[in-house]
Amino acid sequence: MTDWRSAAKPIERGPEPGGLGAVYRVFGETLRGLKTTLGRVVEGHHVIEYPEEKTPVYPRFRGRHKLHRFEDTGLEKCVGCSLCAAACPAKCIRVVAAENTPEEQVSAGERYAAVYEINMSRCIFCGYCEVACPFDAITMGNDYELADYSRSDLIFTKEMLLADPPESTPLRREGE
Amino acid sequence: MVEGTLVLIAKAIVIFVVFLQIVPIVLLGERKILGRFQSRIGPNRVGPRGLLQPAADVLKLLSKESFTPQTAVPWMMALAPVISIVTAVATLAIIPFGPVGAWGGGFGLYGIDVSIGLLYFFAFGSLAFYGTMLGGWSSGSKYSFLGAMRAAAQLISYEVALGLSLLGVAMTAGSLSLVDIVEHQSGMWFIVPQFVGFCIFLVAGFAESARAPFDLPEGDAEIVGGYNTEYGGMRFGSFFMAEYMEVLIISGVGAACFLGGWHGPGPDALAPLWMLIKILLGAFFFMWVRASLPRLRYDQLMSFGWKVLLPLATVNVLVTAIVLVVT
Repeated sequence: MTDWRSAAKPIERGPEPGGLGAVYRVFGETLRGLKTTLGRVVEGHHVIEYPEEKTPVYPRFRGRHKLHRFEDTGLEKCVGCSLCAAACPAKCIRVVAAENTPEEQVSAGERYAAVYEINMSRCIFCGYCEVACPFDAITMGNDYELADYSRSDLIFTKEMLLADPPESTPLRREGE
Repeated sequence: MVEGTLVLIAKAIVIFVVFLQIVPIVLLGERKILGRFQSRIGPNRVGPRGLLQPAADVLKLLSKESFTPQTAVPWMMALAPVISIVTAVATLAIIPFGPVGAWGGGFGLYGIDVSIGLLYFFAFGSLAFYGTMLGGWSSGSKYSFLGAMRAAAQLISYEVALGLSLLGVAMTAGSLSLVDIVEHQSGMWFIVPQFVGFCIFLVAGFAESARAPFDLPEGDAEIVGGYNTEYGGMRFGSFFMAEYMEVLIISGVGAACFLGGWHGPGPDALAPLWMLIKILLGAFFFMWVRASLPRLRYDQLMSFGWKVLLPLATVNVLVTAIVLVVT
């Protein structure tokens, strides 16, 4: 059995504080520290001045949702099937479906979403709604500036989700 | 030389007003430069490029309450910042900005030329610590008390080294007057023959002004704000301002004693400019060190002061004395 005392490594201590070795080392390390910080000045800053300048997001970034229309007919893609609401883990989507009539054809299918609301204060931006949708009617957009002053303002209605966002978020390419 | 009372009053006002303007500039400069040292931009929201930031800071401090805790000694607590700022402003008087007649007329560009210049500086430097100590002690809080005790210990440890570091300069120049000392450096700046003294002065000066890495009396990470924990409003502002004045004074005395004071290329009329540049360079160095070095541990501070700085300063004085006698 080996004695643990002989096996243990001796503790390495720095020079005695106040001794000459310590003074020499402290002086050198101080100069090294000063050089390091001056290097940061020479290198320049790494600040993105946020409100004026936005961080670009990747194309697959999951931001504010978008509802889509068919480009040719202008009809809504959503048929009010509520699969997105069923898939939503946060239960933040509310869909109330209604029948399309020949006088008022809102969507391409038989039914359309009379009410389509997403509660953004609950949404966890998981993207399951996008996956669940059989008609690609809802997709995740790239906008992340969603803050507002009251909770009720964070319930996004169908009109808000169909409209284009007021400001577009800069994109960066995949792998950049 | 004897100057008229009116000239003295005028000089006092000019010096006070000029330095009162330099302090906000240094304050903004510090925040900006500190930002650059940390790969940031620094304040840039108030006014164009953040130039009005000091004004916003002062307005904020003015609008805040000067709070006094129940356990405090109110009159002493009110007195402490006054001591700090009075001693700081008083020391400004001896910083020389130019020789007699630099700007025409029979007056020198300095507040007063006292024959005991360096002693005056030490005297007010020591008094300034009373502001810190009384402020911390009379606040009646633990953190403030700890800060005050640290300030007292730091004063004792570094005042001696600071004095000895300047003694070499005084011996070489053969005078304690800062004006005479600067006059003596027309040929060679004292930083060359007194390099060790300069290093000691720098370190002890950092401790004297209680700036990083010797900001133990403040120690915001460990004892909240040290002596100024319980202060608010413009009382805190006074401490803050005194600290920056102290930085300028240490830089000023350092520039006068080691960096040739007002000497520089160009005519005599440019003398104050050179002095100002040297002071601001000194202040920049203070900021650079603040951005680079971590705060010393308390026992490190003590052992460094007594075991390294003091013997080194003594040897420096001894060698200077021998060299002076031999040559």
